[in-house]
Amino acid sequence: MTAPPMHLAVALDAAGWHPAAWRAEDARPADLFDARYWADLVTEAERGLLDFVTFEDALGVQSAAFHRPDDRTDQVRGSLDAVLLAARVAPLTSHIGLVPTANVTHTEPFHVSTGIATLDYASTGRAGLRPQIASRAADAAHFGRRTTPRLTDEDVRDPERIGRRLSPLFDEAADAVEVARRLWDSWEDDAEIRDAATGRFIDRDKVHHIDFEGEHFSVRGPAITPRPPQGQPPVMSLAHAGVPYEFAARAADAVWVTPHDRAQAAAILAQVDAAVRRTGRDTRARPLLRFAEVLVFLDAEPGAAARRKARLDELDGAALGSDAEVFTGTPGELADLLLDWREAGLDGFRLRPGALPHDLVEITRGLVPELQRRGAFRTAYGATTLRGHLRLPRPESRYARAS
Amino acid sequence: MSGPENTGRKQVHLAAQLPGIHNVTVWADPRSRSQIAFASFQHLARTAERGRFDFFFLAEGLRLREHKGRLYDLDVVGRPENLTQLSALAAVTARLGLAATVNATFNEPYEVARRLATLDHLSGGRAAWNVVTSFDAFTGENFRRGGFLAESDRYARAAEFLATARELWDSWAEGDVRADAAAGAFVRPGAGRFAHHGQHFGISGRFTTPRPPQGHPVIIQAGDSPAGREFAAAEADVVFSKYNRLDEARAFYRDVKSRLARYGRTPDRLKILPTATVVVADSDAEAAAHAEEITRAQVSPQTAIAHLEAVWGRDLSGYDPDGPLPDIDPVPDAQMLKGHSLFRRDRDAIARGWRALAEERGLSIRELVIEVSGGQTFVGSPHTVADAIDHFVQSDGADGFVLVPHLTPGGLDDFVDRVVPLLQEKGVFRRDYTGPTLRDHLGLPHRPERTPVPKETP
Ligand SMILES: Cc1cc2nc3c(=O)[nH]c(=O)nc-3n(C[C@H](O)[C@H](O)[C@H](O)COP(=O)(O)O)c2cc1C
Repeated sequence: MTAPPMHLAVALDAAGWHPAAWRAEDARPADLFDARYWADLVTEAERGLLDFVTFEDALGVQSAAFHRPDDRTDQVRGSLDAVLLAARVAPLTSHIGLVPTANVTHTEPFHVSTGIATLDYASTGRAGLRPQIASRAADAAHFGRRTTPRLTDEDVRDPERIGRRLSPLFDEAADAVEVARRLWDSWEDDAEIRDAATGRFIDRDKVHHIDFEGEHFSVRGPAITPRPPQGQPPVMSLAHAGVPYEFAARAADAVWVTPHDRAQAAAILAQVDAAVRRTGRDTRARPLLRFAEVLVFLDAEPGAAARRKARLDELDGAALGSDAEVFTGTPGELADLLLDWREAGLDGFRLRPGALPHDLVEITRGLVPELQRRGAFRTAYGATTLRGHLRLPRPESRYARAS
Repeated sequence: MSGPENTGRKQVHLAAQLPGIHNVTVWADPRSRSQIAFASFQHLARTAERGRFDFFFLAEGLRLREHKGRLYDLDVVGRPENLTQLSALAAVTARLGLAATVNATFNEPYEVARRLATLDHLSGGRAAWNVVTSFDAFTGENFRRGGFLAESDRYARAAEFLATARELWDSWAEGDVRADAAAGAFVRPGAGRFAHHGQHFGISGRFTTPRPPQGHPVIIQAGDSPAGREFAAAEADVVFSKYNRLDEARAFYRDVKSRLARYGRTPDRLKILPTATVVVADSDAEAAAHAEEITRAQVSPQTAIAHLEAVWGRDLSGYDPDGPLPDIDPVPDAQMLKGHSLFRRDRDAIARGWRALAEERGLSIRELVIEVSGGQTFVGSPHTVADAIDHFVQSDGADGFVLVPHLTPGGLDDFVDRVVPLLQEKGVFRRDYTGPTLRDHLGLPHRPERTPVPKETP
């Protein structure tokens, strides 16, 4: 029996995931804040029939350190709001999923929910949400309303320790996602009736207060935006340790993990399974897709990708460090790796291009045809929604069941 | 095309609003399409751009209205989140300004400044922000913050909110993004550094988003109270108003423009745009008949009763909309309609006025509500409408209008196809955009950079 085709996504971030990527020969560093740059990247990803692209974001300026700002000027600094960025490219594309990062520590859950619902309308069913906590304490000063745990140099060496220190933020994030989902459900699909005889635009028995009461906030609802085309846009999160695995088990439709080989992939997925069991989630009713991350430098010519990475390392003054496995090689070699790792039980991969647009184009024009030849990737889009690509059923509104 | 390009006459500015406010949108019309599908917004925005409008405007309400403790279901309900929607619309338009209403009460300056700067970048300098305030605990129930603001404090918070946003936009100078690969310098040291310590906000750190193409997005205000007008005079580039009768409009125009000098601003730096509806047909008579139909459709029997209940503060569902007004007295303090800006204040006085008018004219409940709704603003043949708009603007009732179409998505088509060319012939409206940004359309200078403050890291 052949395995189902794998899911493939690309993580877009500024000029690419290498901190010196903006200095590569074919980089477009002056265009990073220009819509055309992003439109070019996403249409290229769509040409490669990818399931979705993601947009990185944070509420603070980038830093080489995980846990605090720095003052470097030789790396990309500055960013645009990812939800707006995804919306900006939505009308220019027709199939690819668009998954922006949204902060759930400082941003109001109500705004997150309606923003993603709006993206789902603008893309006719291609929105996703990647909720992210604010792991940098300095970001809290941008809002001046609260403080968040301050990680130490010691903490950041160990993902488990980070997870434990930030676990209150993950709990709050789970509440924020719960609110977003309830708001998406708060209008039943057939709430709009336009009944001229009674003068009623909606059936108000089909639009519901959500009455969420949590430790950190309460939200009354209903949403101001009607139920989005996908019902609930898929929620996805990146996780490196027990606490974030549990967050994914509670809140996400897909989890992205960072193994460095096939055995580790299997070990991590066992941890994810354990987290799923702890939360009591029934994954037959609510599947949790598992993606692995790989940071990739790709060139058709053997050795060229490694040389490109070495040159960027030299420009940056240090070898690239990453939470994810760093791969340099040919598209064929990467296809070998992905097919091997997949045996551990992965549903797909989120690839982080080392440099843009170079490594994205190698993915769409090198890797994708290679995987297609091996029968491991779609040769045409079979659906027009992100849920469709991910083979996730469209959920009914929880309130429709209750009434 | 013939006619003078620019006669030296005062130029008209035009904006379009969607979805229509309150009961303006006639959703029961067979031509009415989705109020939420992106395609509807795209059609309206592209029509506005075809008509060379200054900008497209989205209103906002962060809690669905409730009447007598239940959702208010007679008007269009449901809308997109403004900034996300406008960012998508930036992809399907090239020059049209994109104006978002964003509440200064249930948001934080850092995030609003960031999202508006993003929209300005992604639209090539077409972003505008309609700064509104809220104080009601009803809307606050959807937010972490909750409802907490005294009504008298809301403009103080809004003013500091805007001042803080301006500091954030100024925290990056033009040219701070160097992107100099050879020199290995992406950014100027200290770009984005800010610190604000005020009464409402105490924030500091580094702002993530480079200076927007317009310097600052265009600032719109719609305040009417003395505090609101003062705020507009000090800070706004555009003011919306509800005054679309020429006498009232001129009084408002004079009042707001006269406040500008105090802030060292000349009258042309602030554009005043009342909301207006337009009904055009081949002849004046046909347009008048059509306008009456639209007004009746906007005030259904159920809407008539609901508006009366909102003013009376009591349940009047037993009354016949085609019968006389109730003889029972209003309950002035009971707020039945929540989340709605109509009838928020002075309900007692409104009730007395309505009763007097109904008695004097012998009006039924529905006839009365139709009468006080004001009907349609500009009604007639294309020539009549173009003349009236021109006259209104030349006699200093306004600098232009925010048009509120009663139909989605076709509600601007007639105006753009039939009236705009006449305004262009008169030489009072642009034939084409003269610059890429909304500030260019409005004839406003780009916001100059602030004198740089020391931003180098200590
Ligand atoms: C054309 C126009 C559009 C408005 N749009 C909104 C809106 O979208 N959201 C909102 O909360 N208030 C809106 N308002 C209300 C005004 O912000 C303001 O509160 C109102 O005019 C009363 O003035 P005051 O606040 O100074 O008392 C609008 C007002 C006008 C005239």
